Amino acid sequence: MTTLQAAFSRVSSAFHKSSDNPSTAAAEEPGDSGMVTENTNLAMGHPKPLLALRGITKEFPGVVANDHINLDIFAGEIHVILGENGAGKSTLMKIIYGFYQPDSGEMFIQGEEVTIRSPKDSRQIGIGMVFQNFSLIPAMTVAENIALFLPNQAVFLNRRTLSRQISEVAEKFHLHINAEARLGELSMGDRQKVELIKLLLCHARVLIFDEPTSILAPHEVESLFGVFNELTKEGYAILFITHKLHEALSVAHRVTVLRHGKVITTVPRAEVDERSLVSLMLGVEITEDAGSTPVEQNPLNPVVLEFSNVSTSSISDSHGLEDVSLSIQSGEILGVAGVSGNGQQQLGEVLLGLHSKSQGNIRLFGNDLDHWPVSRILQSGVSYIPEDVLGMGVVPQMRVCENLVLGEIDKFGNSGPWINWGEVKAQLDQVLNTFPLNLAGHEERTDSLSGGNIQRLVVARELISSPKLLIAYYPTRGLDVRTGEKTRKLLYDCRAKGGAILLISEDLDELLALCNRIVVMYQGKIVHEFGCGNASAYDIGLAMTGHR
Amino acid sequence: MRGIDFIKPVFRSLLGIVLAIVVFGIFLATTNRNPLIIYANLFSYTFGSSAGLSEVAVLMIPFVLTGLAATIPAWVGLINVGGQGQLYLGAWAATGVALYLKIDSIWLMLPAMAIAGSLGGALWAAIPTFLRQWRDVNEVISTLLLNFVAGLFVNIFVFGPWKSSGSYGYPYTPNFSAAAILSSIGSTRLHLGFFLPLLAVTACYLVFGRTTWGYNMRAVGGNVNASVRRGIPVTRYIVVAMLIGGAIAGLAGMIQVAGIHRHLRPDIDVQYGTMGFLASWLARHDPILLLGTAFLLSSIMVGGDLLQISASFPSAGIYILIGLVFFCVLGFRRLRVGAK
Repeated sequence: MTTLQAAFSRVSSAFHKSSDNPSTAAAEEPGDSGMVTENTNLAMGHPKPLLALRGITKEFPGVVANDHINLDIFAGEIHVILGENGAGKSTLMKIIYGFYQPDSGEMFIQGEEVTIRSPKDSRQIGIGMVFQNFSLIPAMTVAENIALFLPNQAVFLNRRTLSRQISEVAEKFHLHINAEARLGELSMGDRQKVELIKLLLCHARVLIFDEPTSILAPHEVESLFGVFNELTKEGYAILFITHKLHEALSVAHRVTVLRHGKVITTVPRAEVDERSLVSLMLGVEITEDAGSTPVEQNPLNPVVLEFSNVSTSSISDSHGLEDVSLSIQSGEILGVAGVSGNGQQQLGEVLLGLHSKSQGNIRLFGNDLDHWPVSRILQSGVSYIPEDVLGMGVVPQMRVCENLVLGEIDKFGNSGPWINWGEVKAQLDQVLNTFPLNLAGHEERTDSLSGGNIQRLVVARELISSPKLLIAYYPTRGLDVRTGEKTRKLLYDCRAKGGAILLISEDLDELLALCNRIVVMYQGKIVHEFGCGNASAYDIGLAMTGHR
Repeated sequence: MRGIDFIKPVFRSLLGIVLAIVVFGIFLATTNRNPLIIYANLFSYTFGSSAGLSEVAVLMIPFVLTGLAATIPAWVGLINVGGQGQLYLGAWAATGVALYLKIDSIWLMLPAMAIAGSLGGALWAAIPTFLRQWRDVNEVISTLLLNFVAGLFVNIFVFGPWKSSGSYGYPYTPNFSAAAILSSIGSTRLHLGFFLPLLAVTACYLVFGRTTWGYNMRAVGGNVNASVRRGIPVTRYIVVAMLIGGAIAGLAGMIQVAGIHRHLRPDIDVQYGTMGFLASWLARHDPILLLGTAFLLSSIMVGGDLLQISASFPSAGIYILIGLVFFCVLGFRRLRVGAK
């Protein structure tokens, strides 16, 4: 047997043993692991951890992403990894999954050391990962997508066996899915289920979820957590990466906090609350910023943006707009709530003219927008934070300074067409010095930055111009707690200076704290509008999923 | 474009070239030829004699220019395989001017031919560009297929209205007048057009690295979605890049008919456009590196001719070496130096 096969059978046997004793919550000290903190007194199921990391270290030029990380994951537990952006969560997961090799340190499966050289190895030992971006083919059915992923398939696909296998797994864990449905027709939540079924059919035992709830509506999150619980009862181990504290608190058995690449602590759920977790993540005591309450709108303020009965056709997965009417005044933040894909994408695209409308009218600062090129719209005082900053907001191979001036290079004091980058950087520094967000260095390549840093770059770029209208898609996505707060404060400041903001966000708390009014989009229509102070997360959540 | 990251890929490419040479040498040995003697001869001729070096330079001119025809569109993310066809149209247009514009002054004729050649190439590049922007036709396919159309288009004129009365089975146009010729240097075939590629490469290097246009082109090529959303006029850049690329290839065509062939006939400079395209991709669309890769490919091609004469090895067989070079160089690019 190869080493990997041996490792896999150890995982399987541990798995089966622990599933025979589903609730052995005996407070045994874990076997020979020499555990990392004194707080861990809870061993789930089998005494030896399913997966153990010792001294895992990974450095990139200029930064230690993971610094001697020790971690134990037991069968039957939901283990949450919490940390700010840049804390090293993603890097650690990529090491576990085989995308990166650690510079030093060991990994153990059931006490035996393993070397994971690629994702293929980790899949063979039974580690599976559900990513934020799915590797699924919309044009194929669920069953076909799953078959693509399974190893050792015969040349001719045995549909019946596969169908049966899929239904068995789906039934067992309440993952209701139609195996013959075309993937492109499924919601994000259902697609995530398909990703999970893929892993389960590959006999994964350690399931890693990277920010799984960012694309789910509140009730879908509940159902996902239900699935987690079913899985852990069967002895699976779940490694759950999130930055959302309340989710971590609602579902975790144990929480590991990372900060600056180091494990700060690993604690059982019972021993922490939101405040203590935040201070562990940041290393300081913070007082909750209550945020300013939305001010009543002055009806005399000029209307900055107006959509009148706008309809568009749909693009790929995202709904088109259907008879959408809305207006934003200066000094107002209008929130758009809704599960991603219900038409929010089109609001910004049709405004910029990237997508044509089949009916209706859009007025910007009182002007009809027909045939305005993007540059003219932007120059009239509009800023735009796209929903996918890496894919739509920056040029990955360019340096930070180059991306900060994307599209605006002519505005900088260069002689004719010749660019003087020293001059450009100096002018940028003048503005950025007083800017609250910390950006990466000018000379760094943007594709080497973490997601949070790229988000910060784009947010900074769009806000330093003091826009009169800001279209912001999920502006705090991927940002740590502190930067998120600073960004929200920047949005307040923009509004206080008379700017108007169209804020598209999935974070209901954020919408409720920031917005004067909130509209909810569902299947391309605005299904409800909530006035100042009249909304609750529950009501919005219902509207988001079409009930009302 | 420059920087420490520059050295490693170049080194890896050189390794690939060396491997390709070795493998080709082994192949030659299996055909009962002595590779060491052959390579020695090749080196001494190609790099050691003025005849050899001038031949390399002669080939480098169209290779660099058609290479730029692929490089500039690549900067905005387009793949222009049509350098060959654009070269033909440039040759055709320049020939037309040479045959019908009866002026004696070389100072008027040559610039007129150059302008005609550039316009011809640009026109030929305009067709796939228009198709791409209008109906999303993939430019890889359209430029490639138009190469064949261009060859046939030239044939219409060479077999028909432009056929010289003296040429029977293998037609060609009348020879160009003295005013329409780029005179050669010494006893070689190298002509005065040789400074044009250098000029073009320098211009490209400066524009790409130092100007706002080059910056915007990099943005478009790097992420067209982000560029559109930041107000960069993407369509304008794409169209201009393709037209300039086509114009440069057309200029190559003019240089070839005015400097080398001195008339137009079917199938001139077959594969030159393709060689330029390959040189550009091998150089990762860096105009300075393009000089290096064009030099490499020209040297190999010149070696091929010598191979035929001296070792009775068909000159087309040199394409084996070229294929090996690409195989090895591209393969070595994937070579991971240690785990990531």
